[in-house]
Amino acid sequence: MKIILNNREEEFEKDTITVSEMLDLKMFTFRMRIIKINGELIPKDKYSTAIIHDGDNIQMFYLMSGG
Amino acid sequence: MIFTLDSYQMKLSEIENHLGKFKVGIAGAGGLGSNCAVALARSGIGTLVIADFDKVEPANLTRQYYFRNQIGMMKADALRDNIHSIRPELNVLIHKVRLDRANIPSVFAGCNVIVEAFDRSDMKEMLIETVQGRMPQVPLIVGSGMAGWGNNELLNFRHIDESLYVCGDEVSEASDELPPLAPRVGIVANMQANTVLEILMKFQ
Repeated sequence: MKIILNNREEEFEKDTITVSEMLDLKMFTFRMRIIKINGELIPKDKYSTAIIHDGDNIQMFYLMSGG
Repeated sequence: MIFTLDSYQMKLSEIENHLGKFKVGIAGAGGLGSNCAVALARSGIGTLVIADFDKVEPANLTRQYYFRNQIGMMKADALRDNIHSIRPELNVLIHKVRLDRANIPSVFAGCNVIVEAFDRSDMKEMLIETVQGRMPQVPLIVGSGMAGWGNNELLNFRHIDESLYVCGDEVSEASDELPPLAPRVGIVANMQANTVLEILMKFQ
């Protein structure tokens, strides 16, 4: 399947993956982040159950302490 | 946003009259919140809702909009005083509370835009999840990544969608070895204020 991740196309072998699987496959290890799938915010406790489908638009950004 | 000739054809008094109709929430009155609030006050935002539970400390003066004679005051009180020194007519509503998932919707009820101005990343996450979950129609402007100095070219703006915007470099985390300093904190705080104006100038 193909998805858009931060405005860039990404391809995965499976038909669907969870948010946790995507983070593992992309080796995104920094924990403080915000993820939206098609505009819907996915809370951290839903990462292992939220499903990413073909064509989904994923927006992700990191949260850095400081302010 | 593309500047057209039309977007410049508005006098300052007309801009102030327009911005005076709106209410903006500021979550945290530290480096981001104090500088952002002052920029919004100078621009003529009608009502600012400021939430902070901290006191002004000497170390805050390196980057936050407070003065030596305000050390020991509640930041919310001190910031209201400073805003009123600039624009006495502005409405400043202060909440001296620690924001959490339960009180955020009531503290910022009626706000047209909310500015995330916390220090800790776990608090930023909590606020974003709460506002996006409970108040999804209210645009939220997040600051992420502003520690250190230099690297102007990394300070970035991202329009995630109509309800979420991010200002900052998204990489430099504040620590003892990489402290937040006035210039970059001020730039990001003013990018957040600038985003508030961009959103509100489109509102009717």
